[in-house]
This record gives sequence, structure tokens and C-alpha cells, in this order.
Amino acid sequence: MSAVADVVLFDQVSFAYDGGNVIEDVTFTVAAGEFFGLIGPNAAGKSTLLKLMLGLLEPKRGRVQILGCEPRIGRRRVGYVPQFPTFARNFPINVLQMVLQGRLGLGRTAGGFSAEDRTRAAKALRAVEIEQLGGTPIGELSGGQLQRALIARALVCDPELLILDEPTANVDVRAEEDIFALLRGHSERMTIIVVSHDIAFISGYVDRVGCLNRTLVCHATGEITGRTIEELYGAPVRRILHSH
Amino acid sequence: MSEFLQAVLDFRFMQYALGACLLASVGCGTIGAYVVIKRISFVAGGIAHTVLAGLGIAYFLGAVPLHGAVIAALAAAVLIGWIKLRWRQEEDVLIAATWSVGMAVGILFIARSPGYTVDLTSYLFGNILLVSGSDLVLMVVLDALIVSVVLLFHRQFLATAFDEEFARLRGVNVEFFYIFLLCIVALTVVLLIQIVGLILVMALLVLPAAAAGQFVTSVTRMMLLAVAMSALVTTAGLATSFAADLPAGATMVVAAGVLYAAALIMRRRNTA
Repeated sequence: MSAVADVVLFDQVSFAYDGGNVIEDVTFTVAAGEFFGLIGPNAAGKSTLLKLMLGLLEPKRGRVQILGCEPRIGRRRVGYVPQFPTFARNFPINVLQMVLQGRLGLGRTAGGFSAEDRTRAAKALRAVEIEQLGGTPIGELSGGQLQRALIARALVCDPELLILDEPTANVDVRAEEDIFALLRGHSERMTIIVVSHDIAFISGYVDRVGCLNRTLVCHATGEITGRTIEELYGAPVRRILHSH
Repeated sequence: MSEFLQAVLDFRFMQYALGACLLASVGCGTIGAYVVIKRISFVAGGIAHTVLAGLGIAYFLGAVPLHGAVIAALAAAVLIGWIKLRWRQEEDVLIAATWSVGMAVGILFIARSPGYTVDLTSYLFGNILLVSGSDLVLMVVLDALIVSVVLLFHRQFLATAFDEEFARLRGVNVEFFYIFLLCIVALTVVLLIQIVGLILVMALLVLPAAAAGQFVTSVTRMMLLAVAMSALVTTAGLATSFAADLPAGATMVVAAGVLYAAALIMRRRNTA
């Protein structure tokens, strides 16, 4: 029985697509309330790790749990912000309607959204400081605004765990800082896992960093140093600044 | 135009024809919006053409052709959806297969049907002037079914069309709702076959909704505008075909094409 405090648990997890292992023998946990950064170079398997966490992929070997249950069960209590939104930007939908989709799976199955859903959606828009954009079609948003809207869609179900895949890949530096400051604020109320390829940047915000590179995994137990990461990357990297 | 109105007032078959246009518009506008945003126009086309198999078999067995159409359309929807999801086959190949094999099966059964040779053209191209009272009743039932399903499950259909992965994470059974949507599309196809025939169904399902999509930023409004636009093009097509003695289905489809082209041009002018 895993401790309730473990929000995420990976136990010797391996995963392969058709070829060799993309993820090999990954073991780590994320504790409740942590702001956890997952880093690694491109094609290191970061998105695959998130998909395993969310139950979108099944591990070839090993065990994954989130919030004390199977990912498929636990993911209802997870807010997720994807890296590349798969939807078309010209899809006829406004910000409020998109955010409301984060309320699916709560309450009744048939019919429309409830007044409660709408109140929560308005609250989520306020939480990411875009309450004035509720009626704006998503096609008219800037990159930073869309990212905030996606975070609102993830927050609207009051998640216990918030997972973000490269939340600032498509925004400028200023918006990146704003978004991380926003997440820092939320991290007092929930566990947050954020994926990034920018070690130097995120290590100024997160509590702990896990490093992933193809088949090799850093056991991110809080003792990550600049040197460990340099070894993992096999190339010089910018110094890591730890705020703790 | 006044001749058309006079004919509608005078003749029962013209009243039925106009009623059929308006009833078909309700289904094709609402479901057409899903077809456009989910980008499944060719799935809808495949389902429509497979209907000929159902019509042919029903003829062969001496059953009501429209019942055969409903069964064939639903079967095609489930088959395309299920094979795509379970066997991970390419959608375009599946559509090509059901589309052509469905039609071939229909032609074979009709060829072997006892008695007089069936006039295929009224199914292929529609014959709105032959719509009967019982056809209208069936159309009302199909419309009621389609609208209820949309009212009940619009959130799921919308979420699945918008961002399938996110919908799945929120606990929406996206596979179920994909096949469910294809079944509703199948019923809409049957609704429209009476009007324009199975070859031209795709045009009425897609063009009014696509035209409406140029002007709106919400799927609900897209549906309402698409219903109005389908009513406009089918009625205008019926009136024109009556005045000029042209085939009604083809005239409606050309009207829908003109509407879509006009919508595209207006949209470009507004954004340029």
C-alpha cells in the first residue's frame, strides 16, 4: 500500500513503442504539495512519461499510480495542459466554452453544464487573470493568452495534481515568466508537475527536478546537482540554480 | 415564385415536398455542424452510398426500402467506426471499401429482385415529389431523435470533436461517442435521401454547415444558422426546379454550392 502522500508513483517502469525502450526502468515518486520539474532534451521521452502518468499509454513493465490509484481512475482528479493543443485554432469555440470542457466527468452525464460549472469556469478564468476573455473565440488569442486559457481548463475541475507539458513552448519570455509565477502561486494548493527542456529557467521555480534522457533516468529524489544533470545530458549545460 | 406558392397552396404533393425540405433541414443543419467540425464528411458520404445495399436487400426481400436504408446506414456507421478504432485501419480506405462494395451489393440485389425493375434514379438522385405522408412521419421521428440526442450529449460530441485526448482524460468515452455520432449521421443520411438521393446527400450535410461556420464562433450558433441555411437552399432549390422544370435534388445541391461559395467570398472580404 503506497502512502497517500505519494501523488505520483513510478515503480521500475519501462515503455517501448515499436522500436527500443523509450522509457527504461523509471522509478520515482512525487509527494503531495510538491512543485516538480521534469526535464530532459528533445526526444528524451518526457511526453511519453506524462502519457504513462495519465493512463493514455500502458507501461510494458512496472507499475504506475497517481493519487493512490490506477492512472485511468486517478486521472479524473488531474488537470492536464498539453504541449501542442491538438485542436484547430479556427474551431468555432470561445474561451469560456473551452474551459467548461474541464468540468466534464463531474456531475451529470446528459444535458448542459450547470450553474455550478459556470461559476467554477469563471473562477478559473480569474485565477489565470483572463476573466475578460471568456467570450473571445480561441482563434483570436495570443500564444500567452491561449496558454492561460488551457491552464484554466485544467484548473476548473479543482485538481489535486496539475500536469503541464512544456507550458511555455509557444510563448515569449515575458509570458513565460508570468505563467511560472502564476503556477508558483497555485503550487501552494496542489501538486504540480511541469515538463520543460529549459532547465535553467524552471529550476528557479520548482522544488525538485527529475531528469530524463531516453533510456536513462535520473532518480529525482531531491539530490539533483548541476553535475548529475551534466552527466545525464552528456553535454555542457547552463548552471542550475536551486532556490532551496 | 408566385407560381410556386400557388402550387404549394393547391397541391398536396407540393406541401409534402416543402414539408420534407424543412424537416430535412433540421437534421442536416444540426448534424452537419458536427460533420464539419469533426471532419467526417467523407465518412458521411461512405455511409450514404452504403445505403444502396440496404435498399437493394429490402427490395429483394419485399420489405419497406426505407427500413432497409436505416439498417444499412447504421450498419455502415458501426462498421466504419469499429474497424477504424479496433483494427486501426486507415479511414479513407475503409470509406472507399464500404462506399463501393455497399453500392455494388445494392445493385446486385436489385438486379435479382423479382418483378418489375426498380427505378434506381429516385434513390440515387432523390425524388422529392414522391414523398408520402408516412415518409413525413418517419422524418418527424428521425428529427425528434436527432434533436434529443444533441440536447442530451452535445457536451460530449463537442469535446470529442474539439480535443479528443482531453475529453478522454475527463472521462468521456470518446470511442463510444465517435460511433454514436456516426450512427446519428447515418440517421440523418436516411432523412436526406428522400430529398436529394444518396449520391448528393454529402452536399446537404456539409455545405450549409460549412457556410454557417464562416460566420459564427460557437457550434450551437453554427447549428442554428445551418438549419436556416439548409431550409433556404432546399426551399429555393425546390422553387427553382419547379419553375424551370429541373430535377429538384440537383438544383438544391447547386444552390447549396452557391451559398457555400458566397459564404467563403464574404468571409475573405471581411478578414482581408
